[in-house]
Amino acid sequence: MGLSALALVSVSALALSGCASSADEADAPAADTAAIISTNGSEPQNPLIPTNTTETGGGKIATSIFAGLVSYNAAGEIENEVAESIESDDATTWTVTLEEGWTFTNDEPVTADSFVDAWNYGALFSNAQSASYFFDNIVGFDYEVDSELTGLTVVDDQTFTVELASPEADWPLRLGYTAYMPLPSAAYDDMAAFGENPIGNGPYMLDGEGAWVHEDKISLVTNPGYDGVRKPVNGGLDIIFYNDQAAAYADVQGGNLDVLDAVPDSAFETYEAEFGDRAVNQAAAIFQGFNMPYYLEHWSGEEGELRRAAISMSINREEITDVIFQGTRTPATDFTSPVIDGYSDSLEGADVLEYNPEEAVKLWAEADAIAPYGDTTFDIAYNSDGGHQAWVDAVINSIVNTLDISATGKPYPTFAAALEDRSNDALTGGTRAGWQADYPSLYNFLAPLYQTGAGSNYEDYSSEAFDGLLREGATASNVEDATAKYQEAQEVLLQDLPSIPLWYSNVNGVSADTVDNVVFGWDSVPLYYQITKG
Amino acid sequence: MLWYTGRRILQMIPVFFGATFLIYFMVFSLPGDPIAALYGDRPPAPGVIEQVRAQYNLDKPFIVQYFLYIGNFFQGDLGTTYSGRPVSDVMAGAFPVTFRLAMLALFFESVAGIVVGLIAGLRKGKLFDASALVVSLLLISVPTFVLGFVFRLTFGVQLGWFRTTVSGEAPWGELVLPALVLASVSFAYIVRLTRASVADNLNADFVRTATAKGLSRPRVVTVHVLRNSLVPVITFLGVDLGSLMVGAIVTEGIFNINGVGGTVFKAITLGESTTVVSFIAVMVVIFVVANLFVDLLYAALDPRIRYAK
Repeated sequence: MGLSALALVSVSALALSGCASSADEADAPAADTAAIISTNGSEPQNPLIPTNTTETGGGKIATSIFAGLVSYNAAGEIENEVAESIESDDATTWTVTLEEGWTFTNDEPVTADSFVDAWNYGALFSNAQSASYFFDNIVGFDYEVDSELTGLTVVDDQTFTVELASPEADWPLRLGYTAYMPLPSAAYDDMAAFGENPIGNGPYMLDGEGAWVHEDKISLVTNPGYDGVRKPVNGGLDIIFYNDQAAAYADVQGGNLDVLDAVPDSAFETYEAEFGDRAVNQAAAIFQGFNMPYYLEHWSGEEGELRRAAISMSINREEITDVIFQGTRTPATDFTSPVIDGYSDSLEGADVLEYNPEEAVKLWAEADAIAPYGDTTFDIAYNSDGGHQAWVDAVINSIVNTLDISATGKPYPTFAAALEDRSNDALTGGTRAGWQADYPSLYNFLAPLYQTGAGSNYEDYSSEAFDGLLREGATASNVEDATAKYQEAQEVLLQDLPSIPLWYSNVNGVSADTVDNVVFGWDSVPLYYQITKG
Repeated sequence: MLWYTGRRILQMIPVFFGATFLIYFMVFSLPGDPIAALYGDRPPAPGVIEQVRAQYNLDKPFIVQYFLYIGNFFQGDLGTTYSGRPVSDVMAGAFPVTFRLAMLALFFESVAGIVVGLIAGLRKGKLFDASALVVSLLLISVPTFVLGFVFRLTFGVQLGWFRTTVSGEAPWGELVLPALVLASVSFAYIVRLTRASVADNLNADFVRTATAKGLSRPRVVTVHVLRNSLVPVITFLGVDLGSLMVGAIVTEGIFNINGVGGTVFKAITLGESTTVVSFIAVMVVIFVVANLFVDLLYAALDPRIRYAK
C-alpha cells in the first residue's frame, strides 16, 4: 500500500509539471508586450527606500521603480530622465530644471520638492541612511548632527538650485544613482511602510500591495504613466530571489527563469558552450585587488614601494584569470574599469601590472638591501564565505614561485571578522579589496578608496600628490580636463601601489530562448526595459 | 503516564533557557561587527553604523542584550532582523515550508524504508536482500549535495519531470524531488534497521509460538514480527524528524527553498542573534516534543514498556 501511495504522489507531480509547460507554450504569441520577464535577484537588505538601498539586491529594484534626474544607458552615459537640464557655470552652483508632466504612480506630480525633500531626508543624520554620505558635498551637510541641506533651494515647481561645498565638474554623472531618486510626499508619513510598498515614478511599479513577497520574489508591472527614455517593451518583471546562483542557473536551464545576470563558478567552463550567443561575458565596473597596509613593518616608505612593485610583478594575472576564472575576469591595467569613460590601458607606469619575474626578484632584493625581509610569512587575508580561496591561493603560489618567500592565504570565517581586523589596523599582511562603482565615473573608483581619510581607505594610504590631482580633477571646468587629471592621479597610484590591482570582474549572464535583446548595462544589470519575450 | 508526560514537559523549561542563553552567547561571540559588515565594501558614515547598532541594542553588554531579548520574547515580541522585518514574520514564512518538506521526506523514508527493510529481512541472504544492502550503502556514502545536484540535473533539467527549483508557494508537487533527496540517507538507515530487527524477531520464541498455534503467515509477519521490529525504527524516526526540520540547509539551498535551515544559516553569517535564537528556541521545542512522542509511542508498540511514576 505504501509503495502505491508513493507512486501516486509522483504521478500527480508529473501531471502537474506537464500541465504547466504546455500552458506556457500556448500563451506565448510573438513579441508579447504584456509578457512578464523573470530574472534573478536577492532579497533587499532594507525596505526599499532609495537613500537606504546601497546593495545590489535592492538597487536593482529601486532603479526599476524610480526615475531620477538622469539614468544610465548601456555604455554608462547619462541620459536625462526627469531633468530637462542640469547646468552650471562654475561646477559649484547647479541649476536643475525638471521636465513637465512627470508623476508618481499615485498621480502626485514630480516637482522640485520631490527631490529636495528626498535628499534632505537621505542626508539627515538621525535618519541613519546608508547613502547619507552621497550628499556630503552639498552645502549644509553634517556627519554628526541633524542639519538641513541649505545648499538646496527650490526656485519653483520645476526648478531648484544646488550649491556644492567644493566644485565638481562631473556632478551630474552621479545623479542616476539610487540615492538621488525623488520621493512622493506620502512617503514621509511612515517611511518603513513606504519601503514595503514603494510608490515611484520609474518604468516599472509594484504589482499592487504586497507585490514584494519576502525571501521569495517581487513582482513589477509596467508603469503606464512613465514616458521617459527607459520605456519598457515588455509587461513587467518578476525578480526571483535566490540564495544560491547554481539554483538560478539550473532554473534557466530548466526553463523557469528568463534572464540570469550571475553565472555560478561551477558553470564557468560550460555556460558559453551551452548558451552560445545567449551567454554574455563582458567587463563590468568591478575592480579587484589586494592592499598592503602602511602600518606594517617593511611596507612603508621606499622599502614598501619596492616590495609592492615586486609583489605586483610576480603575479601572473593572465594565467590566473584563464585557469581559475576561465576567462571571466579581465587582467587589470589601472584602478578603475574598462566600462568607465576615461579608462586607459596605457597609463604611465602600468607595466608594473605585467608579469615580470626577473624585475620582481631584482626589486625585492633592492628592498632587502634597505631592510632584510627575513623569514616573515607574507599573507593575504580574505573572507572564506565569499569564494575567494581559489584565487588567493593562486596569487600566493605565483608570488612564492617568483620571489621564493614563504607566503600563505589567511582565511577569516566571515566578512564581518575580516572587516574587523581591517578597520582596527590589525592585519598581519595584505587584504583582499574589491570595489563596485556606484555610478560610472573615474572619481567613484578613486576618491572613496585612496583619498586621505576616505571611508574605504582602511589601509591608511595618504599621498599629497594624489589628493591634489583628485581635487584638480574634481574642480576642472570640463569633463575632459577632469579625466586627464584622474588619469594622472592614477599614475601616482601606479607608483605607490596602495592597492595591487589584479583584475576586473566580468558580468557573466545567460538568457533563455524565450527572450531576446538582453543587453547588460555598465552596472552588470541587464537593461530590463529593452528585453522582449515571445 | 500523565505524571510522566507532565514531568517531561516541565523539563523543557530549563532546556529552553539553557539553549537560548548558550546560542545567544555564541552568536554574540562571533568575531566582527555584524552591522558594519552589512554594508559590505562601501561603509556608510560612521554615525549611521552607531545609530543602527543602538537600534538593535548591540551597543549594550551581552547580559543586558540577552535579558532584553528574553523579556520581549515572553511578551510575544521576537525582535526584528537587520532588515527590519519582525522575526515572527520570517518564522511564519520558513517553518511551514520546512515542516511540509520534512513530513513528505518522513513519509517517503518511513514507508519505503520499512517495506524494503521488511522484505529484505524476510528474505535474508537472498538477491533482494543483497541488493537492498548495496543500495542503502550507496545512499549512505553519497553526500546529500551530490545527490541533490544529480537529481536536479537529471529529473529537473534533462528529463524535465520536476521543476528545477521550488517556487515561492512551494506546492506539494514541487517538494517531491527535494523530499526524495532529503529522505535518501534516512531511507537507507531505516532499511537496515528494519531488516536487522525483522531478521532477529523471525527467530524469536513468540514468533515460533504464533506460527505453531496455526496463525497465517501474513498475520504472523504483520502483527508479531513487524510490530515488534518497529521499536528501534520509531526511535530513529523521532530523532530524524528533528534533524529534518533543522538540518536541510544543503537541500534547501539546491532547490532554492526558503526554509528553516537556510534562514538560520544566513542569520548566523550575518550575526543576527534575534533570528538565530528564536529559530533555535522553536527547534528545541520540536526536538523535545518529537522525542516525548516517540517515548509515548513505545508503550503503544510494546506493552512491556511502561512508565513508572
